[in-house]
Amino acid sequence: MSEEQSKQRFAYTAPKQILEEAAQIGEDNQTRKQNLDKVEEKFKYKQKNRQLSPERKDVFNDQGGENGRTYAEIMIQQDLENSRSEIENKIKKTETLNKEEKKLVKQQVKVEQNVAQQIKQEKSEWEQESKDVSKKPQKWETPSRDGPQSSARASRWDNTNKLQATPGRAGTVFGETPTPGHMEIGDTPYKYGETPTPNRSYIKARWGERTPLAGQSGFGGGMTPHTPGTVMRTPMTPGQLGNMTPDRVYQFRLEKEMEERNKYMTDEELNSILPGPKDGYEILKAPENYKPLKSSLKKLLNAKNSIESPVQYQIPESIRIEVSATPSHPTIGQLPAIKPEEYNLFSALLQPINEDELTPEQAKERKIMALLLKIKNGTPQMRKSALRQITQSAREFGPAPLFNQILPLLMSPTLEDQERHLLVKVIDRVLFKLDDLVRPYVHKILVVIQPLLIHEDYYARVEAREIISNLAKAAGLATMITTMRPDIDHNDDYVRNTTARAFAIVASALGIPALLPFLKAVCQSRKSWQARHTGIKIVQQISIFMGCAILPHLKSLVEIIQHGLKDEQQKVKTITALALAALAEASFPYGIEAFDNVLIPLWEGIKTHKGKGLAAFLKAIGFIIPLMDVEHATEYVKAIVPILKNQFEIQEEEMKKIVLMVIKQCIQCAGIEAVYVRDQIMPEFFKYYWSKRTATDRRNYRQMVETTCEIAAKVGAAEILEKIVGDLKDENESFRKMVVETIEKFINQLGVSDIDQKLENRLMDGVLWAFNEQQSEDTQTMLSGFGSIINAFGSRSKPYFSQLGGVLQWRLSNKSPRVRQQAADLIGKIAVCMKNCQEEARLGRLGQLLFECLGEEYPEVLGSILGGLKAIVNVIGMNKMSPPIKDLLPRLTPILKNRHEKVQENCIDLVGRIADRGPEHVSPKEWIRICFDLLDLLKAHKKGIRRATINTFGYIAKAIGPQDVLSTLLNNLKVQERQLRVCTTVAIAIVAETCGPFTVLPALMNEYRVRELNVQNGVLKSLSFMFEYIGPTAYSYINSVIPLLIDALTDRDLVHRQTASSAVKHLALGVQCLGCEEQLMHLLNHVWPNIFETSPHVINAVMEAIEGMRVSLGPGNILLYALQGLYHPARRVRLIYWRIYNMIYVGSSDACVAFYPTFPNDQYNSYEKYELNLTL
Amino acid sequence: MQDRFNFQTQTEHLHARYVGTGNPDTPKYVWNNHIHRDTLASHIGHHSRMVYFCTAENEPMCRLRYKFLTKMIQPCGPPPPDIEKAEF
Repeated sequence: MSEEQSKQRFAYTAPKQILEEAAQIGEDNQTRKQNLDKVEEKFKYKQKNRQLSPERKDVFNDQGGENGRTYAEIMIQQDLENSRSEIENKIKKTETLNKEEKKLVKQQVKVEQNVAQQIKQEKSEWEQESKDVSKKPQKWETPSRDGPQSSARASRWDNTNKLQATPGRAGTVFGETPTPGHMEIGDTPYKYGETPTPNRSYIKARWGERTPLAGQSGFGGGMTPHTPGTVMRTPMTPGQLGNMTPDRVYQFRLEKEMEERNKYMTDEELNSILPGPKDGYEILKAPENYKPLKSSLKKLLNAKNSIESPVQYQIPESIRIEVSATPSHPTIGQLPAIKPEEYNLFSALLQPINEDELTPEQAKERKIMALLLKIKNGTPQMRKSALRQITQSAREFGPAPLFNQILPLLMSPTLEDQERHLLVKVIDRVLFKLDDLVRPYVHKILVVIQPLLIHEDYYARVEAREIISNLAKAAGLATMITTMRPDIDHNDDYVRNTTARAFAIVASALGIPALLPFLKAVCQSRKSWQARHTGIKIVQQISIFMGCAILPHLKSLVEIIQHGLKDEQQKVKTITALALAALAEASFPYGIEAFDNVLIPLWEGIKTHKGKGLAAFLKAIGFIIPLMDVEHATEYVKAIVPILKNQFEIQEEEMKKIVLMVIKQCIQCAGIEAVYVRDQIMPEFFKYYWSKRTATDRRNYRQMVETTCEIAAKVGAAEILEKIVGDLKDENESFRKMVVETIEKFINQLGVSDIDQKLENRLMDGVLWAFNEQQSEDTQTMLSGFGSIINAFGSRSKPYFSQLGGVLQWRLSNKSPRVRQQAADLIGKIAVCMKNCQEEARLGRLGQLLFECLGEEYPEVLGSILGGLKAIVNVIGMNKMSPPIKDLLPRLTPILKNRHEKVQENCIDLVGRIADRGPEHVSPKEWIRICFDLLDLLKAHKKGIRRATINTFGYIAKAIGPQDVLSTLLNNLKVQERQLRVCTTVAIAIVAETCGPFTVLPALMNEYRVRELNVQNGVLKSLSFMFEYIGPTAYSYINSVIPLLIDALTDRDLVHRQTASSAVKHLALGVQCLGCEEQLMHLLNHVWPNIFETSPHVINAVMEAIEGMRVSLGPGNILLYALQGLYHPARRVRLIYWRIYNMIYVGSSDACVAFYPTFPNDQYNSYEKYELNLTL
Repeated sequence: MQDRFNFQTQTEHLHARYVGTGNPDTPKYVWNNHIHRDTLASHIGHHSRMVYFCTAENEPMCRLRYKFLTKMIQPCGPPPPDIEKAEF
C-alpha cells in the first residue's frame, strides 16, 4: 500500500468526527448521571465506528520500513487529532449557545477542507435519501413510477454494486485499509437519526427493487426493463443487510417466509390444481356486474408476490428452501453459500474469473477469501480442512492479505457468535505461525479485538484476551508498547478504556516486571492527565485480571500509582482510589505493608471528597480494612462507620452499593463486637436500606442480601429474623422475595437453633403466606427459600406439614403450569424432611397426588412431577410406596417415549431406581418391554440420560437375567446410527460386568460370525468396553477370545484392527502380573504389523495397545521389537520406530537400562559400557 | 500431511521434556550418549548396583559415584567430526 493511498483512506474518515460529536453531546447529558447502560451503549456505538489504522513500521525489521507509518508520525497525528477534537469541542460549545445547527457544517470546513468536502458528498446523498422517503407515500398510491426517480435510486444502488462487483476495486478495498466507517456510511441511513428509521429504510429498499419488476408483470405502468438473474433482482439489498443486526436479518427472513406462505395464488396455479375442461368441468365467466373487491394495497401485495411466485404449484417444503436458499444464498462451485448480509465482503468470489489472468497477489487474495468463506459458512469438514490450509500456508500468504480480509469480517456488525469464534480461532492459529511478521499489523488487530474486551458476552471477552495475549507473545513487548502508546492519551475515553484493558492482558502474558518501568513512566506523565489516568487504570485492570498473581509486585504497583491520590485532576484521584481498591481485593489477605503509604492520603481524601470521588475512596478503604491486623482494623472501622452513616441517606445507586459493600467489610472484621454492630449500625441500616426501593434494584439487591447475612452472622440469626420477618407479608412481591432470599441465606449459614417457638411460628406463617401469594414469573427464589427453611427446621417443621400439604394439593391442581411445577419441585425438596418427621402417610398421599398428575401436558411440569415421585420413592422405599410400584411403572413406560430432555432424564432416573431397588414388583415381561423403549433413549443428546439408560440396562439384566436383554441389545447392533451402536456396545459391556462375562461372551462371540461390518465392529467394541470394566477378571477369558481378536487384527477392514487393538490394550492392562505373557506375546505379534497404519485413529489405537503390552510384558520385550527399525534405511520406517522407542523411553526409561544394546568401539568413540562387564 | 505436521510438533514438545527421546535423524553418537548417561544415572540411583560395582572395583562408593558423574559429561568421548556440536 502506498503512503498516498493510506492517507487518502485516512482522510475518508471524516464522518466519524460528526458521529463523535453527536456522541459528545450525549456525554454532556451524562455528566448529570452516569448511567452504566448508557456508557455501554455509547461504547458499542463507537466500536462500530472505529476504523482500522494503516500499517505501521516494524522497527525490528528494516525491509518493511517504507510502507508503514513510523512511531513519530503516529504521535504527531495523535496530537493533531487531540487538538482537533479540542477545537471541535470549543466550536460546539459556542454553537450550542447560538443554537444554530446549520452552521456546524460550515465550521467544519474551517477545521479541515478535505473533511468537509467529504461530508458534503455524504450529506447530499442523505438528502437524496430523505427525498426518496418523502416521496414514498406517492409510490404507494400510484404504482407507476417516473423515470428520474428510478434513475436516482439506481445511481445509488449502482454505487453499492460497483463497490462489490468490480473485482479490481474490491480487491483494493479489501486489500488495503478496510474502512468500515465508509462501508457503513454508504448505506446506513438510520445511524444519523434524522434520516429514515431502519425498518422503513429496508422496506423501502424492497419496494424500490421490486417495483420495476412489478411493472413488467403488468400491474403498474413500469418501464424499467428487467433482466433476470442480475443482482438487482435480489430482494434484499446486500448493503442494507450488511448493517442489520443478526436478529433483524433473521426477523427479515421470517417475515419474507411468511409473505411467501400467505401470498395469493395466481390463476395459473389455481388452474394447475383444479380440474379443468379436460376432466369434464367448465370454467364459468364471472358475472359482468361482479366487481372484485380490491384495495390498492392488496393489488400491490399481489404484484409483489407474483414476482417471485413460481409458475407451477410447489410443495411447501421446496418453497421454504427456495426462500432461504435462493436467490439470497448463491453458491459458487465447491464453496458454501454466502449469506446476503456478507455480499459486500465476499462478492469477489461471485465473479467468474479466469484463474490464469490473475496476478499472483490477486490469486492469493481470492484463495484466502475462499478459505475464510469455508471456515465461516462451511460444513465442519470443510471448515476443518480450510482452517488447516490457512494455518499451514499462513507464512506464504503473508500477514497483509490475511489480516486485511479477516479483520473486516470480524468488524462486520452481522457477525454471529459462532462465526466470531471461528474467526478468532483463525487469527489465533495464524498468529502462531506468523510470529514476528505480525508486527506492522498489531494495531490493526488491536482495533478490532479491543472492543471485544468489553463485550457483553463472556466468551467473546475470553477469546479477545486469548488473542491479545498471543499477539503480545508473537510481537514482543517493545512492539506492543510502541503500538499502544499513542492510544494511552487518546482524546476518546473509549479508546483509552480498551487500551488499558489490553495492556493488562499484555502484562499478564509477558509478566508484570517487564511492564513496570513503562507503567511508571506513564503514571507520572506530566503532559496529559489522560495518560496518567490510563496508566493507573492499567494497574487496576491488571489486578482485576490477574488476581493474587500481583502479590510479588504489589509494593511497586502501589508505589507507581500512589501519587495519583494527590493529582489535580479529580478523575485521576478517583481512578487511583479504585485501582487501590482492586489491588487490595486481589491481594487479600496479604500485603497490608504495601498500602502503608497510601492510608493517610486515602483517609484525608475521605474527609475532603464528595460524591463519586468519595465513593471510590470509601471503596479503597473498605477493601484495605480486611488486610489489616485486628486492632488497626477495629480502629479504622470505628472511624469510618460515622462517615458511612452520613452516606446512608444518599440514594445514588453507585454510592449505595459501595456503602453496603464497605459496611459488609467492616462487620466482617474480627475485632468488631456484636454490641457495636447492634448499637451503631443496625438501627440506621434497617431504617434506610430495608425498603421496597432497594428490592427493585437488582444490583443493590444482591449486595443488600449479602450485607444483611453478614450482620446476621455477627449478631445472630434470631435478631435479624425478628426485624425482617414482618416484611414477609409486605404487599410488594419483589421485597418479599428479597426477605425470603436473605432468610434462606443466613439460615443456611447459621442454622435455626436460636430461633424460639414464637418466632418460628411467625416465620412459617409469613413464608406460607408469601408462598401462596406469589404472582411473578420467577418461582425459583421462593421455591429454594421455602425448601431451605423447612429443611433447616428439620423435625420442628412437623406441625406445619398439614397446612403445607393442603397448599401443595391445591397448587398441584392449579391451572397455571408454573405453579404446578413449583409445587412438584417443592415436594422433591422436602421429601427427606417429611420422612424424618414421620409424615410417611402424608408423603404417600402426595405420591398418589403426583401419580394422578402424570397425564400432565407441559413437559417442564411433567419432569418436575417425575422428580417429585423419584424423591418420594427414594425416601419411603419400594415396598411402602404409594401408589404401589406395580401400578406406577406401567404408567412410566409410555412417558419414556417423551422427547423432552427434562422428562427423559427424570423418567429414566426413576425407572432405573425401581429396576435397581425393587425389580420384583414388576413382571419380567414388563421389563423386557421397557428394554425396547430404553433403546431409543440411547439416542438422547444429553450424556447424563445416555449414561442413566445404560446403567438401567445393567439393573434390568441383573433382575431378569441377561439372556433377553442381551438379545435385544445384540439386535440393536445392526442399526445404522453410530451413536446408537456405540451406546449399545457400552450397554452390553455393562450387562457383562453386572451378570458376569460368561453369561454374555458366548452370545457375543457367536454374533461376530455375522458377516456384517457394523455388527463385527460392535462386538469388538463391546469386548473392548467389557475388558475395560472387568479388569483382572479377563484372566479367565483371555484364551477364549484370542482367536476372535486375531481374526479381527488380520482383517482387511481398518476399523476392525483399530477396535481390536483397543480391546487388546484393555485386555493387556487387565491381566498384567497374572501370568498371561505367552498369550499377550502372541497378540503382540499380530498387533505389531499395524504400526505402519497412517490413519490417526488406527495408529493411536495400535500405539496404545503396544503401550499396554509394555506394561504387561515389560519394556524389554517391546524395546527388542523397536530396536529392529531404529536405523532402517527408509525414513518412513525409522519415523514410527523412533516414535515407539520414545514411547517406551518415556514410560519406563530406567527399566530399559538392562536391555540397551551394546555397541563396539569405533575409531572415534568408545561405546562399551565397561562397568556392566564386571563380575564377582 | 496434517498428521506429520502434528507429529513433528509433538516430538519437539516431547524432546523438550524428555531429553533422551530421539527422532529418525538421531545419529548413533547422540543416541549412545543418551544411553550411556541414562545407564550411568541409573547406576547412581540404585544403591545395590553401586555396592556391587564398589566391591568389584575395590573403590569407595563416593569415588565411583564421582567417576560416573564425570563420565556423564562425555560418556563416549568427543563427538566424531561429522557431528556438529549444536546437535546435542
